[in-house]
Amino acid sequence: MAKRGYSGVIHQVDAEGVDSSLPALELESRLLELGFVEGARVEVLHEGIVGRDPIAVRVDNVTVAVRRREAMAVIVV
Amino acid sequence: MEAPLMHLALVGTPNSGKTSLFNALTGSRQKVANYPGVTVERKEGFFVTPLGRQASVVDLPGTYSLRGRSPDEEITRDFVLGRASGEKPPDLVLCVADSTNLRLTVRLLLELKQTGRPLLLVLNMFDIATRRGVSVDAARMSEMLGVPVVTSVAVRKAGIAELLRKTDEIAKQAQVSVQQNLWKPLSVAELRATQREADKIIAATVSLPARPDTWTARIDAVVLHPVAGLLVLASVLFVMFQAVFAWAQPLMELLSDAFSTLGQFVHDTLPAGLAQSFLQNGVISGVGSVIVFLPQIIIIFLFILLLEDFGYMARAAFLMDRIMGGAGLHGRAFIPLLSSFACAIPGIMATRVIDNRRDRLTTILIAPLMTCSARIPVYTLIISAFIPDQEVWGWVNLRGLVMFGLYAAGITSALGVSFLIKFFMLRDYAPAPFMLELPDYKMPRLKSIALGVYTRAKMFLQRAGTTIFSMMVLIWFLASFPQPPVGAEGPGINYSLAAIIGHALAPLFAPLGFNWQIVVALIPGMAAREVAVAALGTVYAIEGGKEAADQIGQVLATKWSLATALSLLAWYIFAPQCASTLAVIRRETGGTKWMALTFAYMFVLAYAASLLTYNVAVALGAG
Repeated sequence: MAKRGYSGVIHQVDAEGVDSSLPALELESRLLELGFVEGARVEVLHEGIVGRDPIAVRVDNVTVAVRRREAMAVIVV
Repeated sequence: MEAPLMHLALVGTPNSGKTSLFNALTGSRQKVANYPGVTVERKEGFFVTPLGRQASVVDLPGTYSLRGRSPDEEITRDFVLGRASGEKPPDLVLCVADSTNLRLTVRLLLELKQTGRPLLLVLNMFDIATRRGVSVDAARMSEMLGVPVVTSVAVRKAGIAELLRKTDEIAKQAQVSVQQNLWKPLSVAELRATQREADKIIAATVSLPARPDTWTARIDAVVLHPVAGLLVLASVLFVMFQAVFAWAQPLMELLSDAFSTLGQFVHDTLPAGLAQSFLQNGVISGVGSVIVFLPQIIIIFLFILLLEDFGYMARAAFLMDRIMGGAGLHGRAFIPLLSSFACAIPGIMATRVIDNRRDRLTTILIAPLMTCSARIPVYTLIISAFIPDQEVWGWVNLRGLVMFGLYAAGITSALGVSFLIKFFMLRDYAPAPFMLELPDYKMPRLKSIALGVYTRAKMFLQRAGTTIFSMMVLIWFLASFPQPPVGAEGPGINYSLAAIIGHALAPLFAPLGFNWQIVVALIPGMAAREVAVAALGTVYAIEGGKEAADQIGQVLATKWSLATALSLLAWYIFAPQCASTLAVIRRETGGTKWMALTFAYMFVLAYAASLLTYNVAVALGAG
């Protein structure tokens, strides 16, 4: 589980098999629209109080809040 | 021949400063209405270009793509594609980008190009970008995108001169540059491809900041901290409610004095009789007692708009997401619910940003429990009549504290109801994702805020002039006719239609400690909650003469017991009777079912809360 301060480069965005209420393709589209694209730099900036969720992620120079459940579709190396 | 009106549309990602640009372009020449057939707010404004061409511009809901995942985003898509009923496709689409954050907008622009509409990319907030050390080669970007690019600073009039000039240039060739619409929803592969292309263009034309925005990071370190952040949020809300009560007071007294002077003037000028009574008691004291609350409504909208402009609202949603999730609410519901503190109607309309239908329904159902500004007049009146003006713990005003308590009761019951809805009605609930951009903090644009507050104040005054005015006339009529028989004893209102209705319904409300005057006042309160205050004023004014209308608070303090006052406060936490809210719920949920359910559950809660409050208060000796 990515902690605060964790950073890296997106290796793959794949929502297949992710436990979200959205269909995989829809979740993938939304993540892409928010800039979660392979090759983008990400860093976990903040965490919520309940279960360290949601998280605020810096994606290149945009900050996006997502829940961990959906963030599982973003694979970072 | 005069050139035809040119139609422009503003498209961009959320937080790109579309609305400030819209305000800078049009000033106060704007009108707010709904799109035909749907209830999405449609803001249209007008301006004249340097060459004297008349132009209209529509501020479209923010979106990251044209896929249309929520009712809001569908409007943007349909408008750009010219599919919206009764609307022509725009002659020019202004794609607005936050210059400090171009990635997502450039991708959106590449998607917009496929619609074939003439485009202009506006690099907004260019001054902020320059200050941070971002430099953009606009000429090269324009060449790579195949779309004209202008830089703009929406806060200064001079900052949009180039935009206006370019508009004129494009207007000349508009007919030629419209191309066939080739747009269709993008596949994930195409999304990736357009984002990569956007990133490539940005890499070639934008030099990234030497000094990144450290302010946002520093503020967020506190504001988004799991513990400190929640304390900040609680303080912000607390200050907001103290302000609504304390700051507005002097202005409200001023307004109230002005209206009683006017009433006195009418009283002295006109001969005694129906005309005098109608003008003084029906019109001036009725409408006046509602207009007095304008300062409070201005303050609450000022806070909401300031927080929104500053960029705090998205943070609040982030902080509240999991906490509200426990009650079955989505983090995105926070903003509509906060807007509901001003009025449930814009709040319910703002739920369109929630794409999941269940989350949206739950939010709509509980939005009326947020203490809207229309309840403030009722709260203020009763609190100032019954709660002593004193300090507790040395620095907190007791009246402010009671006010805060009433707001807290509203919020608590909303969370409770939401929990019950989740538990009983929408059991197969799977939490919808929470994905929200947290924009960089920005200094609020004062002019834009001022325009926003002005628009809201105007809407309130228009309502006071129409709905409230006609209800005041109706209640004056009910309270004045039939006239008491000659030689009758006691106040004339005891013989009127109002008294008949009040007495008929009184047994239903007697267990709550409500007398028939309160019941009469609750009836016109259906048009708008705040009318109840004016109605009480009218009922007691006609009963007790002029002095009663001026000093309604003192009159109530002598006529009601503390238990009755507290019971009415409890009733107003729920106040199920606002007809316009119910009408909006019906429109937004597409059926009477949810409207009826809202009314029923709020009525039951209001009745139960009042019954409990009254009996506890009486048992404690406040009866």
